[in-house]
Amino acid sequence: MSVEKFLFYVFAAMLIFASVMVITRRNPVHSVLFLVLAFFNAAALWMLAEAEFLAIALVLVYVGAVMVLFLFVVMMLDIDLSEMRAGFMKYLPLGIGISAVMVVELLMVVGPAYFGLDKYAAPAAKAADYSNTEALGTLLYTEYLYPFEIAAVILLVAIIAAISLTLRKRPETKYQDPSKQVTVKKEHRLRVIKMEAEE
Amino acid sequence: MAFDTTQLIPLLPEIILLVGVSLVLVIDLMVTDKERTWPFMLTLFTLLAAGCTTVMLADGTTQVVFDGTYIRDPMSDILKASLLFLAVPVFIYAREGLMKSGQWRGEFMTLTLFAILGMMVMISSNGFISLYLGLELLSLCLYALVAFNRDSSKSAEAAMKYFILGALASGLLLYGISMLYGATGKLDFPSIAQAVVGKESDIVLVFGLVFVVIGLAFKFGAVPFHMWVPDVYDGATTPVTLLVGSLPKIAALGLAMRILVDGLGELQESWQMMLIILALLSMALGNLVAIAQENIKRMLAYSTISHVGFIFLGILAGSDEGYRAAIFYVIAYAAMAAGAFGVLIALDRKGLEVDQLHQLKGLNEKHPWLAGTMLLLMFSMAGVPPTVGFFAKLFVLEAIVSVGLTWLALVAVFFSIIGAFYYIRVVKHVYFDKPTDDVEVEVGGAAQVMLAINGLAMLALGLFPAILMNLI
Repeated sequence: MSVEKFLFYVFAAMLIFASVMVITRRNPVHSVLFLVLAFFNAAALWMLAEAEFLAIALVLVYVGAVMVLFLFVVMMLDIDLSEMRAGFMKYLPLGIGISAVMVVELLMVVGPAYFGLDKYAAPAAKAADYSNTEALGTLLYTEYLYPFEIAAVILLVAIIAAISLTLRKRPETKYQDPSKQVTVKKEHRLRVIKMEAEE
Repeated sequence: MAFDTTQLIPLLPEIILLVGVSLVLVIDLMVTDKERTWPFMLTLFTLLAAGCTTVMLADGTTQVVFDGTYIRDPMSDILKASLLFLAVPVFIYAREGLMKSGQWRGEFMTLTLFAILGMMVMISSNGFISLYLGLELLSLCLYALVAFNRDSSKSAEAAMKYFILGALASGLLLYGISMLYGATGKLDFPSIAQAVVGKESDIVLVFGLVFVVIGLAFKFGAVPFHMWVPDVYDGATTPVTLLVGSLPKIAALGLAMRILVDGLGELQESWQMMLIILALLSMALGNLVAIAQENIKRMLAYSTISHVGFIFLGILAGSDEGYRAAIFYVIAYAAMAAGAFGVLIALDRKGLEVDQLHQLKGLNEKHPWLAGTMLLLMFSMAGVPPTVGFFAKLFVLEAIVSVGLTWLALVAVFFSIIGAFYYIRVVKHVYFDKPTDDVEVEVGGAAQVMLAINGLAMLALGLFPAILMNLI
């Protein structure tokens, strides 16, 4: 067994272990941390498949940004686990039945019989100076230009949707307007009233 | 490799729409009036400009640009043009409703326009990547729009359900796409169509196809993947229901045609069986459950499900005649649904939505024009001649009979007759019952005129169905 193969099995086993832990932990913070572990192992698998850029992007984006945000949200929410677990036992038999059917179907199709090396030959290893970051960039801005632009529009929609769902204007809120404060004049604050002098 | 700028010409409608929506987004920040006249006018202008451009570009040819990710062909022309022109009444009705409930905000215009852009991308996609991105663009906008009424917990719940089930459906669709990619090694439809020749019984292909069809059924709202439809229709505020219930069906048909016909036409035997099951279940459950509904929005939701069954019948016929019938049906249906929800919006009062059947009682005495419109729309949905709904059903039935599925046509007619009951019950409430209250119907001029045109168009297209059919 080559070193690469050995590493693949190690990372794959860790990935499965971490994924199982994510869905079985009682404490949601533990689940999130196991999810981070799962992402690290997935990144390692991509690294083995010579997809270095994607592996690094996965760690940077998911572990670095998304999961930290996730952790914040989990910590801020007060999740009532007993309420979430209510009905779990009721739906368990149905869930297990459907999952079993799915697993059997998947095992019948996704396996060496249809996706083995005799059907799809392993791609030749690239030279040491081959940059897949460059290859990705070139493809993204030429062949996939149109999907790339749509993805940009989707991000814009995400911004608009998030703002439209959460931004509330509260007219009663008291706030300072610095420009008004700076341009304030004497007359705004002081009123001189002419009065008859009294003896 | 130099970029040929003439490649942009087929994309003009999308470009116009994107520029328009960006302008609306910025201009809306600067307007102060409650009616938002300028952004609204610009929205309508953008839609009409994009629609007219689509019509001008339509010359019966097929163009593939952007390295095979974008296609413009006669089908995309007719679907996009009908989408853009139908969006005009949708906006006019929605504005009426949102102004009444005090929720008329600029985001409705931008999100809806973006949703329409997503639909156009779906209709014009020539590969799985652009198709999926278009679908996500549409779905994201719709999720946000369903939650548009931020003070209603019902809307939030509906949006949550829609979001989770929609994400699940997207996941299933993607899984199917990944299987098809695994089996063929291609992502664009013409190459996939070439790669599947002679592999009709390849198990990986069929496996991928199953997941793709499930994803499609979710997006259409076909039984047994229909659970979100009644909750979303009922939970969202009526102007949003109007949008969700009408235009996306046109895009969903485009989606189904691209995947099943352009990409996997060789696997027709496999998907025909799946679509028969979906169509039968949809027609049966949709029509039967709609009878039991007291809430008119839920009733229309189940009616949508039954109409989706009919659209599937057109697709599964697998002949050009069937595809044309399905396109005719979906356009007619989108117009009917827009009109029906438009009438409900017209009946809304300030801060109170009309959603119960008994609230329609005696409408004829209060507002004969609206009553007449509702009559035409309901007859059209039921398929009563001489409205357009009759011909839509007739073309579909003709198509499936001509491919030898006569038993299916008989079942479809049987369920349509059951379905006619609840449409005609609405007509009975409108015309033969006494009003239960004496609240005046207040409806704006633009919406009133548009509704009258919408109702009469159902009649006109029914009398002269060739006007629309010759375009397809």
